[in-house]
Amino acid sequence: MQQTPAKKHRKPFPFHIIVFLAPATIVYTLFMIYPLLDSLRLSLFAPNDQGVEVFAGLQNYVILLTDELWSVRFWGALKNNFVFFFIHMFAQNPIGLLLAALLSRRKLFGRNSYRTVLFMPTMLSVVIIGFIWQLILSPLWGVAHQMMSTIGIEHLFKPWLGLETSALVTLALISVWQFIGLPMMLFYAALLAIPDELIEAAHVDGATAWTVFWRIKFPLILPTVGIVTILTYVGNFNAFDLIYTTQGALAGPNFATDIMGTFFYRTFFGFQLQLGNPTMGATIAAMMFLIILIGVLLYLFGWQRKMTTYEV
Amino acid sequence: MKKESSLSYKFNEFILPHIVLFGYTLIALFPIVLILMNSFKTRKAIFKAPLMPPTLTTFSLEGYQTVFERSNFQWYFVNSLIITVVTIILVLFLGAMAAYALSEYKFPGNTFMALYLALGIMIPIRLGTISILRLVVAMGLIDTLTALILVYTAQGLPLTIFVLQQFMSQVPRELKEAARIDGASEYRIFGLILPLVRPAIATVAVFVMIPIWNDLWFPLILAPGEKTRTVTYGAQQFLGQFVSDWNAVLSSLTLAMIPILILYVLFSRQLIRGITAGAVK
Repeated sequence: MQQTPAKKHRKPFPFHIIVFLAPATIVYTLFMIYPLLDSLRLSLFAPNDQGVEVFAGLQNYVILLTDELWSVRFWGALKNNFVFFFIHMFAQNPIGLLLAALLSRRKLFGRNSYRTVLFMPTMLSVVIIGFIWQLILSPLWGVAHQMMSTIGIEHLFKPWLGLETSALVTLALISVWQFIGLPMMLFYAALLAIPDELIEAAHVDGATAWTVFWRIKFPLILPTVGIVTILTYVGNFNAFDLIYTTQGALAGPNFATDIMGTFFYRTFFGFQLQLGNPTMGATIAAMMFLIILIGVLLYLFGWQRKMTTYEV
Repeated sequence: MKKESSLSYKFNEFILPHIVLFGYTLIALFPIVLILMNSFKTRKAIFKAPLMPPTLTTFSLEGYQTVFERSNFQWYFVNSLIITVVTIILVLFLGAMAAYALSEYKFPGNTFMALYLALGIMIPIRLGTISILRLVVAMGLIDTLTALILVYTAQGLPLTIFVLQQFMSQVPRELKEAARIDGASEYRIFGLILPLVRPAIATVAVFVMIPIWNDLWFPLILAPGEKTRTVTYGAQQFLGQFVSDWNAVLSSLTLAMIPILILYVLFSRQLIRGITAGAVK
């Protein structure tokens, strides 16, 4: 019986399934799941006088949220990170939607070329983009200054990246400029998937393009709005490279651009004279994990659940 | 009908979209073109007329000379290339095997494994960095390309498995059953299925590749040594040291951008088709 190869599923032990699954599962577990769990464990430990890490309960969390020195940085980074996220939500995603709406028009001349170019910045390294904008906005080179003077608004020029009031917003807008391609593409795909008959029927009924968009197309792409929102959220609370490249690990001026990623890096890796503190670092990572988890759960249960009713 | 003939309708319908799209195209292209252009100019011309393309009199390669004399940029390219290529091969091979097992066989724990392997799509691997660093130190892999390859493989697997699983379950059952009747082993059937999901594999490859090539975080933490520097980390370090040498800065930025730009232009169709996943006909 065991020798009939046609009945694979009836064989005593399916070794091939293990052979197929094991390599990926081992690498993934060892370098992703284990480190994540171990970091959570580490957040409950603190070094004692001999420098040995011992169990400390929730002590690190209490310090992070209430200690004078730690809590200022934590709440500051969290607030900045939310500002960073809201600028993406209200600049990147609406502009992305506008570009997608225009791109998805039927018989648009040059559609492929537009699409390719508009997505290009998204492909480049954040490090490179950060430096490029630093150069453009630099008063030393004067490109931004020169361009503003051609339209007569040079008096508005300021070294935006160096000012406490404007540095964070400027960085967020640089990031928006770079990543606008992602929401654009996702919205674009969703808009193209809408059946033509639906749109034509509305046109026959005399609806304008504006009404068609907001009454028919937008409700139909709401699931994509949810996906774009959660992707933006996770991406923003994981951001680091742009701030580190342009403002350094201290996220200056005066921590004005400090977000969770830079705070996490500084804490566990150390900077200048301060030594790294792995257990506090793990605590910050655990907080980031919690923040991302809350976002994902809100999306899954608060948004996606309701969306299923829209599916055709 | 009378609407279509009016001038304002024509403007709204045909001209306005192009004004907006073209305007945004300029915004998207300007910074990139500005850097490319100025990297081929003399220092004087960079400052005097930054918005002008290089001319015969202002053309200069001094920046590139500095970059190649003062840094090991060529080695950074080799490192990035090794990391990216090896990781992609590993991710695709291991990922395809796991995806095949999940999509082909019914076994207890199938759903659990699929969920377990998909967790990493939403949870950023960076959050486990402290323990990854300790693990890499314990394995004696600090400052090696191997460390980066292993971490990036773990990072790339969840999405790869998730996407390939969808595509593999669409391969007709009869095909596999026919092969089984002919006495092919399960491994052989996997080998027969692979070419059928080639388009999905190509798309996944690009998606896995870009974040690895562009990453700063893990090279900074796991492999900061000169010998293992990647293009992105190497450029970041070089730019930090040569801030005042504008020719060198612009040239190194250009060098770091060029490979991705070339790849993008070659594969943009494939990539965009991947993102829009079949919606584009």
